[in-house]
Amino acid sequence: MIRLETDVLVIGAGGAGIYAAIAAARDGCSVQLIDRSLIGRGGATVMAQMTVSVALGAQCPDHWEHHLADTLAAGRGLCDPALSQLLCENAAPRIREMDAWKVGWAREDGHIKQVHAPGHDRPRCVYVDFLNTGPAVSRTLRAQLNRIPAIRRIGDVLITDIVVHEGEAVGAVGLHLVSGETVALEAKSIVIATGGLTRLYRRNSGSLNMGGDGYALALRAGAELVDMEFVQFFPIGHLAPRMIGMDPIMWDPFRYKLGGRLLNAAGEEFADRYGQAESGNYVLTRDVATYAIYKEVEAGRGSPAGGAYLSFAHVPEAELRKAFGPVIDRLAKNNIDLTKMPVEVAPIAHYHMGGVRANAAMETRVPNLYAAGEAVGGANGANRLSGNGITEAFVFGERAGTTAAARAKARAASGWNDAAAARALELIGKRSQAAAAPNTAALLIELQALMSDCVGPFRTEDKLQQALTKLQQMQRELGPLPAAATQYDMVCLDWFDLRNMLLVAQCVVRAAIARKESRGAHQREDFPGMLPEWNLNQRLSWREGELSLERVPAVQPAAKVA
Amino acid sequence: MTTKTARLHIRRGTPGAPARIETFEVPFTPGQSLLDGLRWIRAKLDPTLAIRFSCINANACKECMIELEGKAAYACTERLREGDMHVAPLSNKALVHDLVTEIAPRDERLLD
Ligand SMILES: Cc1cc2nc3c(=O)[nH]c(=O)nc-3n(C[C@H](O)[C@H](O)[C@H](O)COP(=O)(O)OP(=O)(O)OC[C@H]3O[C@@H](n4cnc5c(N)ncnc54)[C@H](O)[C@@H]3O)c2cc1C
Ligand code: FES
Repeated sequence: MIRLETDVLVIGAGGAGIYAAIAAARDGCSVQLIDRSLIGRGGATVMAQMTVSVALGAQCPDHWEHHLADTLAAGRGLCDPALSQLLCENAAPRIREMDAWKVGWAREDGHIKQVHAPGHDRPRCVYVDFLNTGPAVSRTLRAQLNRIPAIRRIGDVLITDIVVHEGEAVGAVGLHLVSGETVALEAKSIVIATGGLTRLYRRNSGSLNMGGDGYALALRAGAELVDMEFVQFFPIGHLAPRMIGMDPIMWDPFRYKLGGRLLNAAGEEFADRYGQAESGNYVLTRDVATYAIYKEVEAGRGSPAGGAYLSFAHVPEAELRKAFGPVIDRLAKNNIDLTKMPVEVAPIAHYHMGGVRANAAMETRVPNLYAAGEAVGGANGANRLSGNGITEAFVFGERAGTTAAARAKARAASGWNDAAAARALELIGKRSQAAAAPNTAALLIELQALMSDCVGPFRTEDKLQQALTKLQQMQRELGPLPAAATQYDMVCLDWFDLRNMLLVAQCVVRAAIARKESRGAHQREDFPGMLPEWNLNQRLSWREGELSLERVPAVQPAAKVA
Repeated sequence: MTTKTARLHIRRGTPGAPARIETFEVPFTPGQSLLDGLRWIRAKLDPTLAIRFSCINANACKECMIELEGKAAYACTERLREGDMHVAPLSNKALVHDLVTEIAPRDERLLD
């Protein structure tokens, strides 16, 4: 066993985790920044290609209250206004800080360029060309990180449990993937910045490391989860032809810059049938677009691969080149020529609105335990505005790092207790291979298929109940213990992933069964329509090995904003 | 679309033990990546095959570096092709397991 000790432990090195580490070190703490993958490469942050929302006022006059009004409207009454406000109010200082750190936000006429993304009332979203926002953000944050000696960066460590002693978080337990060794990490305060859960779905825009670990870690530690039924599907994920070397959500920036027409099999525009006409501009919000595409496919008007066509055939080649330069060549390598052919697109799991319940100081209800970034639920309610994901990671990361540092400084010691850690340590401990272990890789695929088929954006009681039963069955199949870990042991890694993913999937399903209405990203075909009596947030907690669900009235914004 | 078959010869093993070459027949439709094939092997034939990757499609994480026909390549941007393909771990990095090598910067490793 390897023992580590620090003031502030940050789990997950995406935008939120790196920002938290920088803030905690700035305030005088020693920090360990841990990731199951390599530092700055494993999560959504490095993959983001599009835009970051901020009321900068660089393009046209703006105020964070307008951004807040749009965020709350998109959240359809379920946002935690304190979290939404934190996000919008603190966006500008973070975006300017990133600018000073030379991230390279695209500029025009001497100012930072801001584009108008759906759901925003004006041009508000900054970006880095060409489709390079995430890589540029990651590189910039890493450069800052590497200059701070108080931060120890450690990759290839999978955190498997938070250690709780007498009701307080005192550290964590992990598996060092490269060696197969167990790691005990003592810390005075802990930040969960593990990102989202879209790996639960077959078609998703995310990475291998986005199975919702942080939700499971927090839940088992005694924290609450909130809004778990709201998984955002990105409407125009690439479907066909097979495209490699590019993330499936890459068509969004094309639509910002060039419009692009969404067509059914008959070559007709169809969005107006579902309440929003497009007329060449890109105005469809994600939930409406997802609904429209599903319904067209259901009505037999889908494209051959089961989605819709996205066409740029009306855009002159020179204009395509000007807007996307090298990306056009990457498309050519995939035999895609936008001047001649449409591509096929369909909704794809993209972001999680729900997550760990935290207040505006990023505190969970477990003392010493904080959360940041996509791991946190509440800021985006029932639907997230585009661009709010990266902003949330920066702002919440910075805030969590600051409060976790203050907490660590106020504590003399971590309060680590070997007995409290024993169960988590033993789970990783060496043991012989179980004789009839299931194929964990196959089980994972089965889980993704189940979630896609039964717990997608459109839900019914029947399908959801079916999913719940199947999840319990898969839990039994997985068995109570992983095989012994050897060097980079994928079977053992899959086991720990399934342990979390099955739990988190159950949270999504339980909350989705309970919410008998349709709102934002949660659409019940058996309960169409949004109901005022459902202006409630659902919270989940873990009591004696059982999930328990509680409903509380959604907090309404204190004053009318903007 | 027609299904074709790639024959993947994969160098496997752990440090200290002699490496072995294992061969897998992988069905694919044209356009699919080598990483698609390696993941298919894990799900259908042998879940113990070790390969490092994160982003799957985006070519953003740069973690899936392996050697294909003796040359460094990203598993997620190489395409499966009909016939023989020789896949090995990076030869200029320390071996961890099968196709996984130690590619983390020195100061970001737990042990060293
Ligand atoms: C393809 C894509 C494009 C996107 N584009 C945009 C966009 O243009 N604009 C926008 O605003 N939002 C976008 N989003 C959403 C946004 O990128 C994310 O919400 C945001 O980056 C999340 O940051 P994070 O730091 O919370 O999590 P992440 O960046 O996902 O980082 C989480 C980290 O935690 C690590 N981790 C997870 N579990 C463990 C564990 N058990 N132990 C140790 N480490 C662990 C992971 O390896 C990962 O490195 C996009 C998302 C995707 C997937
Ligand atoms: S899997 Fe990320 S670059 Fe290949």
